[in-house]
Amino acid sequence: MKLTLKIWRQKGADKKGQLESYNVEASEHMSFLEMMDVLNEELISKKEEPVAFEHDCREGICGTCNLVINGRPHGPQQGTTTCQLHMRHFKDGDTITVEPWRAKAFPVIKDLVVDRSSFDRIIQAGGYVSVNTGQAPDGNAIPIEKDTALSAFDAAACIGCGACVAACPNGSAMLFTSAKVAHLGKLPQGQVEHAARSKSMVDQMDTEGFGNCSNTGACEVECPKEISINNIAMLNRSYLSSIFGSNK
Amino acid sequence: MAGIELKSNVPAGELKQKWSDFKGTMNLVAPNNKRRIEVIVVGTGLAGASAAATLGELGYQVKAFTFHDSPRRAHSIAAQGGINAAKNYQNDGDSTYRLFYDTIKGGDYRSREANVYRLAEVSADIIDQCVAQGVPFAREYGGLLANRSFGGVQVSRTFYARGQTGQQLLIGAYQALSRQISTGQVSMYNRHEMLDLVKIDGKARGIITRNLLTGKLEKHAAHCVVLATGGYGNVFYLSTNAMGSNVSAAWRSVKRGALMANPCFTQIHPTCIPVSGDYQSKLTLMSESLRNDGRVWVPISQEDAAAIREGRKKGNDIAEDDRDYYLERRYPAFGNLVPRDVASRAAKVACDGGNGVAPTGLAVFLDFASAIERYGKAAAHSKNMTNPSAAEITAMGKEVVEGKYGNLFEMYEKITGENPYENPMKIYPAVHYTMGGLWVDYNLQTNVPGLFALGEANFSDHGANRLGASALMQGLADGYFVIPYTIGQFLSHEIRTPNISTDAPEFAEVEKNVQDRLDQLIAIKGNQSVESFHRRLGKIMWEYCGMSRNADGLKKGRQMIRELREEFYKDVFIPGEVAEFNPELEKATKVADFLELGEVMMCDALDRNESCGGHFREEYKSEEGEAQRNDKDYTYVSAWEWNETEPILHKEELEFKNVELKTRSYK
Ligand SMILES: Cc1cc2nc3c(=O)[nH]c(=O)nc-3n(C[C@H](O)[C@H](O)[C@H](O)COP(=O)(O)OP(=O)(O)OC[C@H]3O[C@@H](n4cnc5c(N)ncnc54)[C@H](O)[C@@H]3O)c2cc1C
Ligand code: SF4
Ligand code: FES
Repeated sequence: MKLTLKIWRQKGADKKGQLESYNVEASEHMSFLEMMDVLNEELISKKEEPVAFEHDCREGICGTCNLVINGRPHGPQQGTTTCQLHMRHFKDGDTITVEPWRAKAFPVIKDLVVDRSSFDRIIQAGGYVSVNTGQAPDGNAIPIEKDTALSAFDAAACIGCGACVAACPNGSAMLFTSAKVAHLGKLPQGQVEHAARSKSMVDQMDTEGFGNCSNTGACEVECPKEISINNIAMLNRSYLSSIFGSNK
Repeated sequence: MAGIELKSNVPAGELKQKWSDFKGTMNLVAPNNKRRIEVIVVGTGLAGASAAATLGELGYQVKAFTFHDSPRRAHSIAAQGGINAAKNYQNDGDSTYRLFYDTIKGGDYRSREANVYRLAEVSADIIDQCVAQGVPFAREYGGLLANRSFGGVQVSRTFYARGQTGQQLLIGAYQALSRQISTGQVSMYNRHEMLDLVKIDGKARGIITRNLLTGKLEKHAAHCVVLATGGYGNVFYLSTNAMGSNVSAAWRSVKRGALMANPCFTQIHPTCIPVSGDYQSKLTLMSESLRNDGRVWVPISQEDAAAIREGRKKGNDIAEDDRDYYLERRYPAFGNLVPRDVASRAAKVACDGGNGVAPTGLAVFLDFASAIERYGKAAAHSKNMTNPSAAEITAMGKEVVEGKYGNLFEMYEKITGENPYENPMKIYPAVHYTMGGLWVDYNLQTNVPGLFALGEANFSDHGANRLGASALMQGLADGYFVIPYTIGQFLSHEIRTPNISTDAPEFAEVEKNVQDRLDQLIAIKGNQSVESFHRRLGKIMWEYCGMSRNADGLKKGRQMIRELREEFYKDVFIPGEVAEFNPELEKATKVADFLELGEVMMCDALDRNESCGGHFREEYKSEEGEAQRNDKDYTYVSAWEWNETEPILHKEELEFKNVELKTRSYK
């Protein structure tokens, strides 16, 4: 299949960027990133600068890949990361626009690569259970209802990719932050620090320059792991209780 | 370095008492001294993140490094199936000894008894720790932890979190690490790649890193250096490893005097999605658990196989009598559940014989039709349906299979575009894990004092073949429960050593070496991409040092790598500059190191005139084609010293005092 790509090129954080056009010949069996590899190999053979983009596992689990494809974070397929998207979902002759995540708290580093270290700092603000190695009781000491474990898992499945932020008109990180708060807050181990954790993580989110949540729901639609927006409601409750002093 | 003596430093005493006695008598570092001591941890996957977090909790000043943009991205995140632990929650006869024994036997008797026993011993503590951190392991209805069996062992000791166990364990370790970063005990350096090791007076005292955002080189000093930089499966180009996995930190240490142990011991996983074209960048694992229900087969006749390859027939068109369920035929006792190395070689034999079923000729079927029928009938029975139709049975059967493997089937369909409920899956073996790694003693210290290696980066526990769900266990055992103790064996002698300064001339010298090497690479400005060299290297490795090996092929392969290396240094093209964000340059330094490692792997495979575990030498097999070990001559660890003309072999003899060496048989 013959494709036209319009790709965002930007030399560095403080440089101006623009879309540039490329033609590439791909096969429908390729993944989207393999198609990008083909383009880069061609650019290198012409001694031109390849397009910088990030990826690692190429299995949809590490959260590294992050392309906005035709205006949608991770492209058109529901519940799928960029690396798991295959070219059979495109047609011969298509023009495809490829851009980086755009959000104030994710500055562009080069081309399609952005800086997501703000996510790490949100976790550092309280996204953990305070237990040192060696202090743990037996794993079966606290039985946890199967459904509770499963619902904590649903929140814990977040891969930290940032598509929710890229999708949000306000550039809010509420879905990401609430996923962590819900993961830990649903489990007995995480209860003790639940309210304090909610407050410190939200405060850090604000410090990093993420926007406010206005319930547009765009984050949930684009999240490749289908993290539920209900987690945001849970976070809002615990955030309020942290301010008004109740731990429930 | 002629005459290096490899001392395992295994403590004396009964196997079962060694670790507890050792912990009770070893040298400790007092809290006031820990505060002054600096430790560098390179790599923040399961092994590195757990080590850095725990050392921070203990009070050491830790500096942790990863080339990733966040510790949460490490390759460990991709592990699917589970983590073993001898908890015996199922009351099915598991014990520390049994886990130890299974691991030694599974490794085909090429690992060190005392290390493996300790691993089994601390395994239970890992589960407790992870639960306390909030890892959402699978649970039974009663709320207790669930287990499954894995990899053909006879007990259920694998803990899991859906098909994302590695992700959940890594997030747990990442959160523990994040907590130490927030208290200032750990300084975290993301997007920093270690490019060399600095030694002062023979001891590891620091590293040279490149800041990947700016391209600038940096010097970092500490009292000791811990490497947890993962495995080197990507020397084969195509593997199930993440794209960035590499050998460079370990290899640069080898070039500073550390030794590479058993480099040829590679695990080839039998159930991966086959290669579909030349553009292919990586391979995807389909969990081993599929072999619990899937039946492996190829058509008996080559005509049928050819018709399938050319798209004239589908798997379902082949009649039952025209199929060769070759694992069931060759290994009636274990059938489709034979260990990984055996299953992989059998697939190769089937495809080499011209019976492969993908256009490339390299794939076999993994068929769920029997399972669907069996589960469908059982479901009809439990619903009291009399005379259910075939269609009803199939529909109910598919539902059961979906419940068990739904996410894997979905992943398969996403990648291949084929529906595995309707037609059998196509699978083929792929490089998955490297048992070899830096040589370490009982303290996980390499032969360079002050340089430690953890996780997949060391060679220690899996011998010639790793059992499923044991890598996660080993990484976390090393990081949470072993290194925090054993590092004291070295550091207790360093409490009077003031902070190491990066002003020492050794730092400037190594930094200059690195700068020169990078300048040399970028100045080549040849005509071929880094990727193209990597791909060619991978083909040579797979062809001559892959699933089966022979002396002639290994000699030829070695020669081909040497030629490729020469060509690389003449004709590689790397765009851009050293002092900037430059992903192509990052790839180039990694491939340059793979081009040397690959040669040593060939040498190692050639030296080992036996077949054991993942290492199968065609000259050493029984009449029925099964692997033949040679315990008399090869019960040793090969530890290689790099030398451009001829790598040098050092040996650590292995002693088995607690298990009897037996032939593995799955007939
Ligand atoms: C698809 C797949 C599925 C698997 N499933 C299972 C399973 O179910 N059960 C099981 O037990 N095992 C499984 N394994 C194996 C297991 O996942 C790995 O062996 C294990 O996670 C390795 O952990 P590690 O901490 O040693 O290394 P990694 O997780 O590879 O971490 C390496 C770290 O080192 C850093 N690093 C490397 N080089 C440098 C450098 N030069 N400078 C700075 N940083 C560097 C990286 O950034 C990273 O942080 C699986 C493997 C694969 C490929
Ligand atoms: S919530 Fe979803 S979109 Fe946001 S970081 Fe997590 S996985 Fe990505
Ligand atoms: S590359 Fe890991 S999720 Fe896409």
